[in-house]
Amino acid sequence: MSRFTSEAHLPGLRQPAPANDGLDAPFWEGTRAHELRVQHCRSCEIHQWGPEWMCHACNSMELDWVTVDPVGQIYSWQRPHHPVHRALSDRGPYIIVLVELPHADNLRMVGNLLGDPLQEIEIGASVSVVFEDHDDGDPDFTLVQWEVTPAS
Amino acid sequence: MSDNYNLRGKIAVVGVGETTYYKHGQSPDPEFVLVLKAILAACDDAGINPKEIDGFCSYSNDRNDPPRLANALGLSELRYSNMQWTSGGGGAAAAVQNAAGAITAGSANVVVAYRGLAQGQFGRFGRSGGSRPVSGGAAYTLPYGMMSAAQMYAMRTTRFMYEHGVGRNAMRSIAMACYHHAQNNPRAVMNGRTLDADTYDASRWISEPYRLFDCCLENDGAAAMIITRSDHAMDLAKAPAMVLGAQQSGGHRSGATVENATDYVTSSFKPAVKYLYEQAGVTPQDVDVVQSYENFTGGVVMSLIEHGFCTYENVDQVLTFDNLRADGGNLPLNTSGGNLAECYMHGLGLQIEAVRQVRGESCNQVPDVKVALANAGPMVAVASTAIYGTPEALG
Ligand SMILES: [Zn+2]
Repeated sequence: MSRFTSEAHLPGLRQPAPANDGLDAPFWEGTRAHELRVQHCRSCEIHQWGPEWMCHACNSMELDWVTVDPVGQIYSWQRPHHPVHRALSDRGPYIIVLVELPHADNLRMVGNLLGDPLQEIEIGASVSVVFEDHDDGDPDFTLVQWEVTPAS
Repeated sequence: MSDNYNLRGKIAVVGVGETTYYKHGQSPDPEFVLVLKAILAACDDAGINPKEIDGFCSYSNDRNDPPRLANALGLSELRYSNMQWTSGGGGAAAAVQNAAGAITAGSANVVVAYRGLAQGQFGRFGRSGGSRPVSGGAAYTLPYGMMSAAQMYAMRTTRFMYEHGVGRNAMRSIAMACYHHAQNNPRAVMNGRTLDADTYDASRWISEPYRLFDCCLENDGAAAMIITRSDHAMDLAKAPAMVLGAQQSGGHRSGATVENATDYVTSSFKPAVKYLYEQAGVTPQDVDVVQSYENFTGGVVMSLIEHGFCTYENVDQVLTFDNLRADGGNLPLNTSGGNLAECYMHGLGLQIEAVRQVRGESCNQVPDVKVALANAGPMVAVASTAIYGTPEALG
């Protein structure tokens, strides 16, 4: 369903760190373990993303973290060409996708679409997670990237 | 709705002003000085003494705070100050709304809505440096190279174009109309620089689907509007522009992080328009000229649809260059040049241009304007929108 790599797609950008209030630490611990975790309400059982201290549907504060299938569908995309960070100056175009997770109430996640940066992108295409490990971070971290799922 | 709970007819904009508009980083003045100069210019336009000011409203975390402004201006009383929180310039019409609300409630008499930007002093929006770790919502976007405003809204525009089968024609027409209008505007940063269809089509990608000319400028300068009671306004030398309605607009989870707003394919104006037109007592057909905030052209297309000026189906027929021109178009748009070609003053320039149209003082004056609309901040978590009119428009 997913694979992992230690090759950085966009090296040199600012790294993520868990929020200092503890809100999303389970997500980042999950990616290190190559699991895709999102919030899940113990009371009304909806999935929630991005993370918040309260369930937006029922206002319960009893939220768990659950592991969901690391697969989704492309909901939208863009291809930046203009470098807005010095680490991107010589990078050329790259693709950012917004991926909908059908197994988690269609919540959406942002990541890069790996592969040819000039590939044609199809909204609705099935994609699966590539966990991108950074073992030289402070702290170490793992990003959630995406690639088009090969037709089986 | 009871008239007691409506600002229509009670509040007027009596003065507008701005500094010279500079390319980003080019202001010879510090940002605070720019704001003071804009306030003095607006007071001069209104014919009022700056010391009559007793309130301030701004947005987007403006750095020039009311206590310091009141101190510099030597105000005897500071009765009201207000900051509207949203990203980008989504609060430009909200600052007018908040000023109008404060005056209607009797909290202040003469309120300034203002915005100042000096990016040489404080750094640019469209570039992101740094190497420190990021946390919170940005941790889920920035490490993937999604960090500029263009990148946040390109994603939404792709989905809009996909869901509604909308192509580039309207986006191109909007950019061309803005540049066209800037040619008659001596304040405009792009005065003297024209834009034709071929130049638009050949311009480089910023982030697909946005080309260079789909994107707003970044500028230095400041702008201010003087807002007061309509009975006070009638004593002043110039004709007032009445505030017919003004509304902020955030929807269900529009502030959700990581692009998870419930209604994603929106300019964020859907919640506001019913309140706006009801307050103002007008319909889209009554609006003579429109100033629609261009952070990016795709957002303008959505804004015009959601304000009722066209539909998803007839975008390409209504939003043509000829139709958007002040000289002869049926839907004159961004008649100062707007954020694309006059100045990116976080949208306060568009509110000011609506006032100038109502007063008959625009450099691209539309004939017989009675009602003008100016919105702010499409696609942000909370947008805002306002309608101005002549005293006759009150009926
Ligand atoms: Zn719940």
